[in-house]
Amino acid sequence: MNRVHDMGGRIGDGSVPEVDAQDMFHRDWEKRAMAMTLATGALGKWNIDASRHARELLEPEDYRKFSYYEKWVSALTDILVQTGLLDEVDLKNVIASDTQPVPLNEKALRPQNVLAAMGAHVPYTREVGPTALFAIGDYVRTASQNTNRFVKGGHSRLPEYAMDCVGRIVDLHGTHVLPDSNAHFKGENPEPLYGVEFTAETLWGVTAEGVGDTIVLDLWQSYLEAEGE
Amino acid sequence: MPHDHHDHDHDHSHSLLPSDPELRVRALESILVNKGLVDPETLNTLIDTYENKIGPKNGARVVAKSWVDADFRNRLLENATKAIAELDYSGRQGEHMVAVENTPEQHNMVVCTLCSCYPWPILGIPPAWYKSDAYRSRAVREPRKVLADFGVTLLPDQNVRVWDSTAEVRYLVIPMRPEGTKGMTEEQLAEIVSRDSMIGTGLVTI
Repeated sequence: MNRVHDMGGRIGDGSVPEVDAQDMFHRDWEKRAMAMTLATGALGKWNIDASRHARELLEPEDYRKFSYYEKWVSALTDILVQTGLLDEVDLKNVIASDTQPVPLNEKALRPQNVLAAMGAHVPYTREVGPTALFAIGDYVRTASQNTNRFVKGGHSRLPEYAMDCVGRIVDLHGTHVLPDSNAHFKGENPEPLYGVEFTAETLWGVTAEGVGDTIVLDLWQSYLEAEGE
Repeated sequence: MPHDHHDHDHDHSHSLLPSDPELRVRALESILVNKGLVDPETLNTLIDTYENKIGPKNGARVVAKSWVDADFRNRLLENATKAIAELDYSGRQGEHMVAVENTPEQHNMVVCTLCSCYPWPILGIPPAWYKSDAYRSRAVREPRKVLADFGVTLLPDQNVRVWDSTAEVRYLVIPMRPEGTKGMTEEQLAEIVSRDSMIGTGLVTI
């Protein structure tokens, strides 16, 4: 099962665009879209997995057609409504709005707190969770489908190109919040997270570019099972 | 304004806003400000922060220090989050840093195929190409051809290792220090470390 955002390995895309561009933004509204996403995130109504998933839920046609920050502002609108900060009446009234401004929400991010908020160290590791089943050097096989076990058709961070493949554990990252549940507000369910290395031949067969080339993905324990050599 | 009734499991409220992206952004901002959810001055400060304060100059300082200070390099490879915090860089999208070092045998390159994960505290906001479909789709399957798009030629014996940022771990590539830089100070070295060299789509040259 995959969604439109899961494009690793897709064939047919052309040259990488704008490789010489130094600017981060094309237009001023892109900056506002970025800043609004960060500012509203501080209201604490969603987590990073939920906001990522909101972008993945854009209709495939929109996802392909929208520019990057168009995806952001559209998904932000959706999650603002999903979490109850706005409703559809708010959105419909926008053009002929004569509503009186409401005083600033006490949780709203203030200009003087921006640097501290963006610089705060808020880790995704947790002290509790299942015991690590794998050690560095172990061979593992990824799940044959990136099925979300909490929500039908839900969020997953196992890309389609790495499903049902054998790789080797190269890093232990500790116990991390699981996006599959967190994106759907169904708890953090932390699990051991591993760096798993795959050879290019494993992933791409005879079309692999270089014999010694590899790809490393960070994968949660429930995406993996033990594999003999 | 018409609103299509979708027959799947999620509504797309954004279709109630103007479809032109500039108007859509302006409309949402005025709604959020009216509802007291966003202070427009905060938006200005956020933009200034990521345009002028947090960017690849931070990462370049980390790389330059690792080139001149062997102990720092070891700490960086051992626990990058902690070592980078020594230079006062931390925060959003840099919570779990890993540094990967280029060598004559190994070239490293970073992508996020599923979205646009990127180490903000040390590299800032990702460039447009990093978020493009072409980079996301091709970097894992044909990294050498992608490097050619950037004009990068590898050494004959270099393998490529591509890091797909699928979790909250963020990767910093430590590029190789170029020949002919022996006399340079840490500050001078930081000047020559490019953003792309820390993503793995560039090399440091003088």
